[in-house]
Amino acid sequence: MNGADSADGRAAGGAHEEGIARERGPEHVHDHSVDRGVDRGVDRGVDRTSGSSGEPPAEPLLDVRDVAVHFPIRRGLVLDRTIGHVFAVDGVSLRIGRGETYGLVGESGCGKSTLGRAILRLEKPTAGQVFFDGRDIAPLKGEELRTMRRRFQMVFQDPMSSLDPRQSVQSLLTEGMKAHGLTRGAAADGKRLRELVDAVGLPAAALRRYPHEFSGGQRQRIGIARALCVEPDLIVADEPVSALDVSVQAQVLNLLERLQAELGLTYLVIAHDLAVVRHVSDRVGVMYLGGLVEEAPSQALYDEPLHPYTRALLSAIPVPDPELEDRRERILLTGDLPSPAAPPPGCRFHTRCPWRQPERCDTERPQLRVVEGTVPGHRVACHYAEEIRSGALRPHRVEPAVAEDVLGPGAVPDQPGSVTEILGR
Amino acid sequence: MTGSKGAPLLQVRDLRVAFRRRGEPETVAVDGVSFDVAAGQVVGLVGESGCGKSVTSMAIMRLLPQRGVHITGSVKLDGEELLTLSDARMRERRGRDLSMVFQDPLSSLNPVIPIGLQITEVLRRHRGMDKEKAREAAVELLDRVGIPDPRRRITAYPHQLSGGMRQRVMIAIALACAPRLLIADEPTTALDVTIQAQILELLKEMVAETGAALIMITHDLGVVAGLCETVNVLYAGRIVERAQRHRLFGTPRHPYTHGLLRSIPRLDAPAGEALEAIPGSVVDNVPWTHACAFAPRCHRSVERCLEVTPAGETTGGRLLRCHNPVPASAE
Amino acid sequence: MTTTWAQRRKDRIDDLAGGRSLTSEALRRLRRDPVALTGGVIIGLFVLVAAFAPLLAPHGPAETFPQLQQDLRPGNIPGPTAGFPLGSDQLGRDFLSRMILASQQTLLVGVLATLIGLAVGIVIGTVAGAFGGWVDTLLMRITDVLLAIPSLLLAISVAALAASPSQTTVIIAVAIVGVPIFARLLRGSMLAQRNSDHVVAATALGVKRPAVVLRHMLPNAIGPVIVQATLTLATAILDAAALSFLGLGDADPGRAEWGLMLAQAQTYLDVRPALAFLPAFAIIAVALGFTLLGESLREALDPKGRR
Repeated sequence: MNGADSADGRAAGGAHEEGIARERGPEHVHDHSVDRGVDRGVDRGVDRTSGSSGEPPAEPLLDVRDVAVHFPIRRGLVLDRTIGHVFAVDGVSLRIGRGETYGLVGESGCGKSTLGRAILRLEKPTAGQVFFDGRDIAPLKGEELRTMRRRFQMVFQDPMSSLDPRQSVQSLLTEGMKAHGLTRGAAADGKRLRELVDAVGLPAAALRRYPHEFSGGQRQRIGIARALCVEPDLIVADEPVSALDVSVQAQVLNLLERLQAELGLTYLVIAHDLAVVRHVSDRVGVMYLGGLVEEAPSQALYDEPLHPYTRALLSAIPVPDPELEDRRERILLTGDLPSPAAPPPGCRFHTRCPWRQPERCDTERPQLRVVEGTVPGHRVACHYAEEIRSGALRPHRVEPAVAEDVLGPGAVPDQPGSVTEILGR
Repeated sequence: MTGSKGAPLLQVRDLRVAFRRRGEPETVAVDGVSFDVAAGQVVGLVGESGCGKSVTSMAIMRLLPQRGVHITGSVKLDGEELLTLSDARMRERRGRDLSMVFQDPLSSLNPVIPIGLQITEVLRRHRGMDKEKAREAAVELLDRVGIPDPRRRITAYPHQLSGGMRQRVMIAIALACAPRLLIADEPTTALDVTIQAQILELLKEMVAETGAALIMITHDLGVVAGLCETVNVLYAGRIVERAQRHRLFGTPRHPYTHGLLRSIPRLDAPAGEALEAIPGSVVDNVPWTHACAFAPRCHRSVERCLEVTPAGETTGGRLLRCHNPVPASAE
Repeated sequence: MTTTWAQRRKDRIDDLAGGRSLTSEALRRLRRDPVALTGGVIIGLFVLVAAFAPLLAPHGPAETFPQLQQDLRPGNIPGPTAGFPLGSDQLGRDFLSRMILASQQTLLVGVLATLIGLAVGIVIGTVAGAFGGWVDTLLMRITDVLLAIPSLLLAISVAALAASPSQTTVIIAVAIVGVPIFARLLRGSMLAQRNSDHVVAATALGVKRPAVVLRHMLPNAIGPVIVQATLTLATAILDAAALSFLGLGDADPGRAEWGLMLAQAQTYLDVRPALAFLPAFAIIAVALGFTLLGESLREALDPKGRR
């Protein structure tokens, strides 16, 4: 994805593709369902990763296996009673190779940010494993976790709120170096800091200044420099440009690409904007209501979206081209995202799916699988992907269902994306 | 664009809005904006935060505070000057003749009043309906904006609805009195793309159905591309380019419009295409007084750009404010 | 042109040689605020008088003067005469000297009590806000109990518990009144900080927990508490005066203290109202000074005022 010489990037990506078609091995089969809190008798089984995983790298830097993050919903004045769970992330497996950019898209409430935080261990996964460079970081805690943090860093959505307003840029950047014993004396550190701000396109004078003295784009550069100061391998960027002005977004995206080419970074880019994700990513995973519904090399996802949700998502994104806009056929989804506290049984998308078929879609949760005749590495979690692809199944009308009806009004936070805040975690 | 003749529905001339805070220099948010909206027309105002697009709409609606704000110019609706209208008369026209949909429906709806009541209130005040009639009309409106089971939903409070549903309610309220002009200020920015598509579709339908004119204010070029007949691109409080949408997106002439279109990742772009970023940010702007505000960030700027304010020139239906525009190769 | 732009940008960044921290911006705003200036002048005067009280006061606090005492009768307390600009008090002491010297006591009690309350409150609030869980619950229930009692009543009870009334018991009593206010306030803003992006960012960076709490959470959470402290200082002065007024302070009759003076003067209100009015006015003026400063400090620290 390195913008300057993308041909090389593609070639490197291609190298990953070899040795991948082999079986994932028995260690990947997990033994029990992760949903301890569920007793509704509904099949909420986590997607057991299908045998042949296709495209994903054989020796990934990051190997996420069946990760689930469930937040308890508590009620009660005196004694907190758990009255349910928000199934923010409910069984996601993905692999990211070294130097690769993996894009994670989905709408608010789909769990993409929570997954990112679980990978960074800012949230403890309820179940599953997160192998980072071969080591499971999910059970780590205390000092062991803290020292491990050097290797995976985060770039936040809002550069203003993610920078401590009372620290100068210099102290923001030195802090991480100090925390991991990377300081090498005043002179060497000074040089390193100047290199850092220079790498993100800021003058050395920026070091003395405070976050509020910068514009949004410059602040995001500082945020990136802070992530880089500890020389990480993986950077999880959660909506890195969505808080920025349109004219500034490209600067930051180009910067991220350049840094990846120069430093050999691995990225997990989380965004709601499929255009941004497609632009930066080698591979893209589409999330809906806590699970991955489709995963594919980014161009393949755009060329041939297999999952009905991906199709709807792609068709919903406005393109700044009137000719195209006039010609486009939109797949308009009806209704809202169901509450992640009461996800629908079977396929999570069946309540809004224009291709939904009776019985199977309502009861059996589809697993990610390869569809015959598609690009290697293209996997989709849909029972009828072949029929939809061939056109044998036609979309039909869907009566809108309203999310709040399930648990009664007010029982579930309105915007599941911010559930963590609402629950005060 | 429908070539509607005669006086336009809305005529904005040389609108200037300046904010004055004690002890601080005046900040000019809108710096001489002029545009027309014909009856039933959909007009886009596009620009990034701080370009003055929202302030323009607030000035048209007369929703800006009176203290510390200095507004000059003219805003005429049906030939009647709005800026000098009495507060009482303006209140009457707001809601009845022109209404507005905001970005954040949660904060623009009253959280402690059921949505039905918020609609009937408008109907009773502006259309003099009695309680029963207003209630029926409210149910009908909610149904029209695509809210399932409106008869039951009418007693719901705003927080019990999803973001998309709330925005539908806002549109229902805005359309309650069949206004002739609807201003939508980033109506879909807080929503997810699939919901955004629903709301845009709804707006399109509603405008077509009621014949209301629509001013769409957004930062998203994609949104205007499919919706607006005429698009105004704002930069630092002035319209830098205006054209019919096919021409604007097909052959953007102003370096800012041109640069914006090249700097956003596009779904339909070939893979691996690098983005051409516009350098700097709005803080690099110079005042319009003796220069082009965009000049410091512009890759086509010449000496003149920092010496003389470019005038807005209209040629062939396109307004352009630039000394050295991008060549119109395709025109 | 691009070089010009880059140059311009560089110039602008170099412009601000040191960079301005939020604190220095707040101070700058404060200096321009007339309300803050008024408060500052009042407090400044008060502190100056207190600091130089022994030099400013012509006489000692307990010194009695025969020339004043000779005119003392029921129904008459001598007013201003030569050498005694404010006249005599009810025992024939120089009223001016007592007024001046009392400022020391008031400052001592008010500031000390507030500082002690602040210190304890900050510790409790930090611990509760940073740890959460049962520690938080326990500490907050205790502060809730303290908050439920009206502040003056609480101070009276604490002071009354002491074996003998003294200056120290007044300070401790007034300090205890402040503790739950500071602790609750700090805990609340610490909790808000805990979920803030920049704290998560520091954690993600691998910064050690104590450093996250002390470097990132506390400095950003403490603003409202500092504002509250200036406001509490005003009430602390009033509370301390009230305690002395009620006879729960130091009983030493020779000691000059505005609250005590006010208390003792009440019997002579009809004879020489100035004996009560002047200490009362002084107390109100100082409390007002701190309130004004506190209010404008609140405004200066308000995040909405930031760019």
